[in-house]
Amino acid sequence: MSDDRDRRRRIKNWALLAVLAAMAVLFYFITIVRFGGQ
Amino acid sequence: MSGTSIGVMEQSGEPVLAREPSLGDYMLLLKPRVMSLVVFTGFAGLIIAPGQIHPLIAAVAILCIAVGAGAAGCINMWYERDIDARMIRTASRPLPTGRVEPGNALGLGVVLAVASVLTMGLAVNDVAAALLAGTICFYIFVYTIWLKPRTPQNIVIGGAAGAFPPMIGWAAVTGDVSLASLALFAIIFMWTPPHFWALSLFRSGDYARAGVPMLPVVAGKRETKKQMLLYTVLLLPVTLAPYFLGASHALYAATAIVLGLAFLGFAVKVWFDEGDRSAKQMFGFSILYLFLLFVTLIADNLAARVFS
Repeated sequence: MSDDRDRRRRIKNWALLAVLAAMAVLFYFITIVRFGGQ
Repeated sequence: MSGTSIGVMEQSGEPVLAREPSLGDYMLLLKPRVMSLVVFTGFAGLIIAPGQIHPLIAAVAILCIAVGAGAAGCINMWYERDIDARMIRTASRPLPTGRVEPGNALGLGVVLAVASVLTMGLAVNDVAAALLAGTICFYIFVYTIWLKPRTPQNIVIGGAAGAFPPMIGWAAVTGDVSLASLALFAIIFMWTPPHFWALSLFRSGDYARAGVPMLPVVAGKRETKKQMLLYTVLLLPVTLAPYFLGASHALYAATAIVLGLAFLGFAVKVWFDEGDRSAKQMFGFSILYLFLLFVTLIADNLAARVFS
């Protein structure tokens, strides 16, 4: 595998991780807002 | 893979992409320019809707509208990759050039579509989620698959898909569909034909090559210009509907009239112009027109809240 392909794949993997982490944080705060008053 | 394997190399008997797709390639699949307009009109619906919404829930609603629109665009690009390869305007997209595999594009679109609808339902409300799901399905099944390759009225009916976002934004706040939100829908619905026909006037060769029955290809440029003029005339009273329904005030009404007359002026200019120059100008102005109309709608509403 070329360096360029390796680098692009690594960037994509980190981006995917960032999206998943952001989703987890988002759902945490959504839960607090939605159920905060109960 | 179908006939879209331009830029794809064969190694050891298996198709291999010319290069590893970048994040930018995947972003292009989401049609960011269309997405920005959809987000903006969705935001307008959310702002002018009566009622309260938590800022985080509002942000989630906008995010879901953006992701849902991107997903629909992605699936549209997957389905139309053969057509895109034959058109100059779209030939450099990630799928026709072979930078992204079709299966990956479809997978991305489906995952984002399902995720956006589920998140909207869980975080916002069921009505907004149902409208978002309906919009995505309408764009893919009714517009892309059914209407676009079959009838020159494709963008008239298919334009409904692009008109739903303000209704979704409205429903995110109120949890319902009202006459005022239908008025916002009607504005974009009536704006879409002259906007797209202006584009198709100076891209008619492209559409003819791809076998897409756009109005200038099927009925000719004169008939297209007549239809554009007709829709632009009808658009003017429709843009005043939010005012008469009490969803906006004098500032918006006055701006809508001025902008509507300017848009009409462009349509008249297109009617008399035998070349493509006026059509290009009208296409550019149509985007500015919708942007200014909704900016005024938001500003008018915010001003009324501040001064009341």
